[in-house]
Amino acid sequence: MILYLGRRLIGVAGILLAICAITFTIFYLLPNDPAAAACGKTCSPDRLAEVKAAMGLDKPIWEQFAAYLTGIVAGRDYGSGPTAAHCGFPCLGYSYEYSLPVWDLLVDRLPVSISLAIGAAVLWLVLGLGAGVTSALRKGRPADKILMVLSVGTASLPVYFTSIMLIWGIVRSAGLLPYPAYHKFTDNPFEWGSNLLLPWIALALLYAAQYARQSRNSMIEAMAEPYIRTARAKGLPSRTVTVKHGLRSGMTPILTIFGMDLGGLLAGAVITESIFGLPGIGRLFYDGLLRSDQPVILGVTLLAAFFIVVANLLVDVLYAFVDPRVRY
Amino acid sequence: MTALLQVEDLKVSFNTPRGVVRAVDGINFTVEAGKTLGLVGESGSGKSVTSLAVMGLHRGATVTGSIRLHGQELNGLGERELGTVRGRRIAMIFQDPLSSLHPFYTVGEQIAEHYRVHFKASRKAGRQRAIEMLAEVGIPEPARRVDEYPHQFSGGMRQRVMIAMGLACEPELLIADEPTTALDVTVQAQILDLIARIQQERGLGVVMITHDLGVVARVAHEVLVMYGGRAAEQAPVDRLFAAPAHPYTRGLLDSLPRLDDTDDAPLRAIPGSPPSLIAPAPGCSFAPRCARTTAATAEEHARCLSERPLFGPLSPGHQAACHLPLVPEGALG
Repeated sequence: MILYLGRRLIGVAGILLAICAITFTIFYLLPNDPAAAACGKTCSPDRLAEVKAAMGLDKPIWEQFAAYLTGIVAGRDYGSGPTAAHCGFPCLGYSYEYSLPVWDLLVDRLPVSISLAIGAAVLWLVLGLGAGVTSALRKGRPADKILMVLSVGTASLPVYFTSIMLIWGIVRSAGLLPYPAYHKFTDNPFEWGSNLLLPWIALALLYAAQYARQSRNSMIEAMAEPYIRTARAKGLPSRTVTVKHGLRSGMTPILTIFGMDLGGLLAGAVITESIFGLPGIGRLFYDGLLRSDQPVILGVTLLAAFFIVVANLLVDVLYAFVDPRVRY
Repeated sequence: MTALLQVEDLKVSFNTPRGVVRAVDGINFTVEAGKTLGLVGESGSGKSVTSLAVMGLHRGATVTGSIRLHGQELNGLGERELGTVRGRRIAMIFQDPLSSLHPFYTVGEQIAEHYRVHFKASRKAGRQRAIEMLAEVGIPEPARRVDEYPHQFSGGMRQRVMIAMGLACEPELLIADEPTTALDVTVQAQILDLIARIQQERGLGVVMITHDLGVVARVAHEVLVMYGGRAAEQAPVDRLFAAPAHPYTRGLLDSLPRLDDTDDAPLRAIPGSPPSLIAPAPGCSFAPRCARTTAATAEEHARCLSERPLFGPLSPGHQAACHLPLVPEGALG
């Protein structure tokens, strides 16, 4: 297990390095000039050269990349002398737009995205798995058909549509909830929850349908296994048969997609955050794209990759605990 | 005295989009304590459906007739009452022990879980019981292996685990559905001997479902041959092997390869395929495949094809459903 983990962690580092290199190269090849953007509209050629040198953009790409990597592991300085800006470990570059280290921006925005992702995940797991398992146990009967029609329905609603309908229906017309504003959980848990409720619902609906269908299928498959017949033949109560014998194997495949989905969402839900005005990573990314704030885009991309790769690793490790046949 | 298990006029049918499938169409049999009934037939003959119906495990099927355990009617009982019979008074073991055991739970847990339910026993007592049972079915180092998972056992050992699981609650009847089909021949014999030993020690009634006449010859006292959901022939095992009356039974016996066959002797298969259970022909369901029907006079031939033969006695203890039985009626009575 330890050996396996070690190997996997090296793999994770390798993947992140590759993603870093690819993204970095793409940005290097883009035609726009970050130095000009940072310098402003009234920029003399001399000043531009200075800015370029300060940002390290005058060096060849491999040197820039090496400097970027060094920054991540040890921090780096931009420029020299009294104007030098220090970017501490882990330095993911310096945002042109905010004049702040990207890492600080990420750390600042991360709690919003995590709050959004985890709340939505709880909601979609409850809704999706509840509907899926209910359907599976009533396969072919009216409850199953209604739930599956509903899930096709919600799956086909894009998140920007549901978000806008929720805002229109619940905030504007009914006035039941305020237009979402982010409150820190540590400041006021109630405000935190009630403000995030609508984005949670919007995001959860997007995923719940997929989880309903997936869990229905895998639960039906599990309940058809010969060991379920064995459990029935042993005279176990039907609840034990369903929950202990069916659910445990039926829900195992869900773990994989859940790991991927949650990992992806932790690094920001671009559309949901933008519509609800939540200052999360997704919003940061969106703004970064609009303003060609390359270090921000690069930083968010790396963070997203990091979450997905780590979520994958966690899922694989969890499997070993869920399924005793899996050994590393 | 009431028999351990008495099944009368059991009919099991399924509604399918293509029509009603009469998987079992009027079966009668009795199992006495300490005796083994061999239930023989090819795939689709209704033998497994019969056993599932006895357990009330037929999902979505219509079951009529009577299934009495020590005189207590089981057909029509609710899930709750059946729960006190399943696993407790009637145990069932299945063909493929790897897929019939849950891959995520230790064998100890799987042996003990229904013991805890049926006897309201503690976790500790359940575990103790599991170790005892593993020892009884001949698994070495039971105290260690009780915490292992099914995939860590070999095929034969897994079937022993299934048997340990089945017998953990001291049932009166064991239904074994092709328990040796998935096993090596040498291991098959060990498993059959194990079942026979436990049967003797406990006076267990056994229903041995199989398509393998070798298994029947080895363990059964009484044999019921099923064809197309109906009884074809029933007799004590010696009688059945010595003087089969039904041409189908004869065909099954003939289809066994023999050691004294020459190398190039063809296998004697029964031609044709099993009958439709949705729209059964009016006459004998075996008639289209039956050599005796083909060889019979025109009048007899027509009778086989138009009139369903009744399942009736040929001699005491020997019954068959055939217009043209191989043993003349009363000849050996």
